[in-house]
Amino acid sequence: MSSAAIRPEYERALEPLTDVPTERALPPLQRLWQHSATRKTAIVALLALSWEIAARVTDNDLLLPTFTQTARAFAADLASGELIAKAGISISLLLQGYLLGAVLAFALTALAVSSRFGRELLSTLVSMFNPLPAIALPPLALLWFGLGKLSLVFVLVHSVLWPLSLATYAGFQSVPETLRMGGRNYGLRGLRYVALILVPSALPAILSGLRIGWAFAWRTLIAAELFFGATSGKGGLGWYIFQNRNELYTDKVFAGLISVILIGLLVENLVFDTMERLTVRRWGMQR
Amino acid sequence: MGAAVPTLKIAEARPAPVPWLTPKARALASTTAAALLQVDGVSLEYATHDRIVRATHRVSFDMHRADRFVLLGPSGCGKSSLLKAIGGFITPREGEIRLDGAVVREPGPDRMVVFQEFDQLPPWKTVLANVMFPLTASRRLPKAEAKDRAMETLAKVGLADFAQAYPHTLSGGMKQRVAIARALAMQPKVLLMDEPFAALDALTRRRMQEELLALWEDVKFTLLFVTHSIEEALVVGNRIGVLSPHPGRVRAELNADQFGLHSLGSAEFQAQAQRIHGLLFDDEAAA
Repeated sequence: MSSAAIRPEYERALEPLTDVPTERALPPLQRLWQHSATRKTAIVALLALSWEIAARVTDNDLLLPTFTQTARAFAADLASGELIAKAGISISLLLQGYLLGAVLAFALTALAVSSRFGRELLSTLVSMFNPLPAIALPPLALLWFGLGKLSLVFVLVHSVLWPLSLATYAGFQSVPETLRMGGRNYGLRGLRYVALILVPSALPAILSGLRIGWAFAWRTLIAAELFFGATSGKGGLGWYIFQNRNELYTDKVFAGLISVILIGLLVENLVFDTMERLTVRRWGMQR
Repeated sequence: MGAAVPTLKIAEARPAPVPWLTPKARALASTTAAALLQVDGVSLEYATHDRIVRATHRVSFDMHRADRFVLLGPSGCGKSSLLKAIGGFITPREGEIRLDGAVVREPGPDRMVVFQEFDQLPPWKTVLANVMFPLTASRRLPKAEAKDRAMETLAKVGLADFAQAYPHTLSGGMKQRVAIARALAMQPKVLLMDEPFAALDALTRRRMQEELLALWEDVKFTLLFVTHSIEEALVVGNRIGVLSPHPGRVRAELNADQFGLHSLGSAEFQAQAQRIHGLLFDDEAAA
């Protein structure tokens, strides 16, 4: 005898569900808040507001101009074309150094996945040069390449190459064993194996390496421009900041900093986020 | 006895194989009668950091065309290693594996593998692109034909509606179906399945076994199936190779063609399952 009383069995015919909706739309406000752009804008607005308040409390234009003063200086130099020209110089230099660094990084990691010597080469070089701050190189670059574009590109390549190589190589190493075996199963080898299996599979790591490389390159460039100053009368944003600080136009210094930040935000959100959305997020490799 | 002698004579008097057949065709004709895949005295070893471990010891068995050969054994008996050796991923320490008379030396698209892991599908390709991938990567078919073949095979596994979906949106069972379709689309000489249903829930597993048998009825492919489930071996296989615990040696080869999902609780099925259970665990009990 079981301890519980015997309960009757039953079966039920199920009617199709028609009176209850199986999905509902979110309320509009909640839907708006779902967009990360909305939330990011709110964060930036909040920061600007606290800046304005802090500046008004400090009440010293030389130390901390208000947000509105900075915005005015920013708008004026934007309208005069000065900021755009300076930003153009910086970005063109940045792209040259960035692309060269990225190409070198891919060559180095391709070597590292295909041979043991390449692997040791990469790990040794990275552990030697990655900790070396980019700002320690300009004196050397000045000696080797003189005051000019070449010196800046050299410093930029240094700041991109090592972190990107590290990220890409880590990505290659974390490719699941089944995917590797699958690729070899279809008879893939050499460069086709790298291009069709390793690179797409390591793309989350490669993209985050590209992001980090971009940020490193950007901050290195501004710092290096402060060091080198204008080359043949063509200084970038770093030079703009340096010059205005010398002349105590603090609102313009802030306008220069804001330009750096804005360009960073634009590239992050337009270029890298789009790249991620179209690839790794669509593929479910990254949330 | 007396009647048998003349028939033998007639057989001997039959003309030799037609002379205009190419050597390859003649080899094919002779192997059709014999084994398609021969595993001949294969010992496999793998190295850990301080010792060399023998995974299988002089394993031999033959697979015929349209066989559903199941390798059954406790975990660690080297059955998966054997499958990988047949796939060409591991080189035997001694003995050799011959497919259609040719020794297996490296991975190739004539031996498609279906793995246990769900991450065997490249996440950056849609279901359709996944099934097309080996066809185009091995340069077996041009793109348009590969697409037709892939759609055809997807329809066979009931996933035609999901051709444009990405793998991360599919359930485990559907992913395994895609992997099976991808392998079948290549029309390999042997289909190798490494515990393909082990990561599925019990109900889905049962349905997948049913579908696999239906597919086999339809296509009559040659299948090597690795499992550690006695029940699955009896249901899926027509012949079962029972391997001993570590290091794996062939303990028995049994027939299972008479069993299917319909015979699950039958006395005969239970008896055969008991017999296999005895073969697998008697040594342990005796030791």
